[in-house]
Amino acid sequence: MIRDPKDLKRYNASERVNHWIVGISFILLALSGLSFFHPAFFPLNQLFGGPVWARILHPFVGVVMAVAFFIIFFRFRKLNVMHASDWEWLKRSHEMVNGDDHNMPEQGKYNGGQKMLFWVLGLCMLGMTVSGILIWRAYFGFDITLVRLGAVAHAAVAAVMIGLIMVHVYAAIWVKGTVRAMWYGTVTRAWAKQHHRAWYRQVTGK
Amino acid sequence: MPLQSLDILRRSATTTPSTQARKPIEVAKLIDVTTCIGCKACQVACSEWNDLREDVGSCIGVYDNPIDLSAQAWTVMRFTETEENGKLEWLIRKDGCMHCADPGCLKSCPSPGAIIQYKNGIVDFNEENCIGCGYCVTGCPFNVPRISKEDSKAYKCSLCSDRVAVGQEPACVKTCPTGAIQFGSKEDMKEVAATRIADLKKRGYDNAGLYDPEGVGGTHVMYVLHHADKPQLYHNLPKNPTISPLVSLWKGATKPLATLALAGIALGSLFHYVAKGPNEVSKEIEDEIEKEDAQ
Repeated sequence: MIRDPKDLKRYNASERVNHWIVGISFILLALSGLSFFHPAFFPLNQLFGGPVWARILHPFVGVVMAVAFFIIFFRFRKLNVMHASDWEWLKRSHEMVNGDDHNMPEQGKYNGGQKMLFWVLGLCMLGMTVSGILIWRAYFGFDITLVRLGAVAHAAVAAVMIGLIMVHVYAAIWVKGTVRAMWYGTVTRAWAKQHHRAWYRQVTGK
Repeated sequence: MPLQSLDILRRSATTTPSTQARKPIEVAKLIDVTTCIGCKACQVACSEWNDLREDVGSCIGVYDNPIDLSAQAWTVMRFTETEENGKLEWLIRKDGCMHCADPGCLKSCPSPGAIIQYKNGIVDFNEENCIGCGYCVTGCPFNVPRISKEDSKAYKCSLCSDRVAVGQEPACVKTCPTGAIQFGSKEDMKEVAATRIADLKKRGYDNAGLYDPEGVGGTHVMYVLHHADKPQLYHNLPKNPTISPLVSLWKGATKPLATLALAGIALGSLFHYVAKGPNEVSKEIEDEIEKEDAQ
């Protein structure tokens, strides 16, 4: 869908579909996973047809997420290489959080915060995949110490990952004009100029 | 199978207290390894009473059969040949759930009420609430629970909670022909053990003693061992069993810390939005773009 022909293309359809496969599977995993994590969240399993179904489905959704995640990870890895300006951005990120981003260093397609999130999420996903396989009792039987390590790692890394995704979602909601990039692929020129000026220059030639 | 008539001390994945009004006495099963002849009558009685039928296995060169605990075999005899004090010893241990006072299975279980600990000390699985995750296996320091391949539910010895509830001893106790398995209040069983241990010491077993490991708060299945200093001799009975620190971390600190952290991020985000307002594209830049378009 073209809203304004001068809008800038940020994501193509395939990248968007890829992102939302990761997103949907993440939501399903977080809800079902939390239901096993703390009794307070146990009723969430009702969304999956009860606790037994939640237990059966969770790892399969995990496989879907891991595959889709690693595909998107490899697609975007070059765009997320950290540069000096990214470290500078991170050093001054408190200004951004404080609501004043006018003096932030110029950023490319992704800012330092997004890049850090990218790499840390990559590590988390690797941790979740390995620990998830260790505790997938229906199909695997590992040494008990590995299973115990897997159980604690899976829970702890999941908590970190859910926290990071909450930050990711909040940032998208907070910075107006962002979410549409993942819905229909484009952002306004003004949005790009304000938040990712180096990328704006690169794609508009200005 | 749990019975409502028994008082419940703790149930899995439950953060509020269970029924606390009545205080029944703690029971215990005492297995005197030194009197056991390895006849497996207890295995048969268990199979009969609980209506379990393990498949006929094959001989693996030792007397162990079935060779492991399973959903259909809640107790098995473990036979070990060892040399102690220059003599061959044939050690036979009836393996099964130890009914820990601090049960690792119950601590690990994510399903409310799938594992319950009665006031009398029996730790019981309620398969109806079991979700088949196997966390109980991960939590158990004695490697006892088994997940059934047929229904993905966890099974283990119930200490015949149904029989105990109506004032009977467990089936294995009832059937033991040498009196090697006894049942009663935990206090009485300790006394019986003390008498037997004194006897064994007189007969040259200087290290005879009671196995009631403190690391799991004591157990409601106890052993009299001729070599209490070396429980590992008895088919790797752990010397100092405890709930693994990894399990304690997983089910201890991680749960409240992560829950608080996530709630903090959610609330923090909300209040950040309310306090700082949305990060919108500035009017200034919008005007710049409009000017460019007008040119």
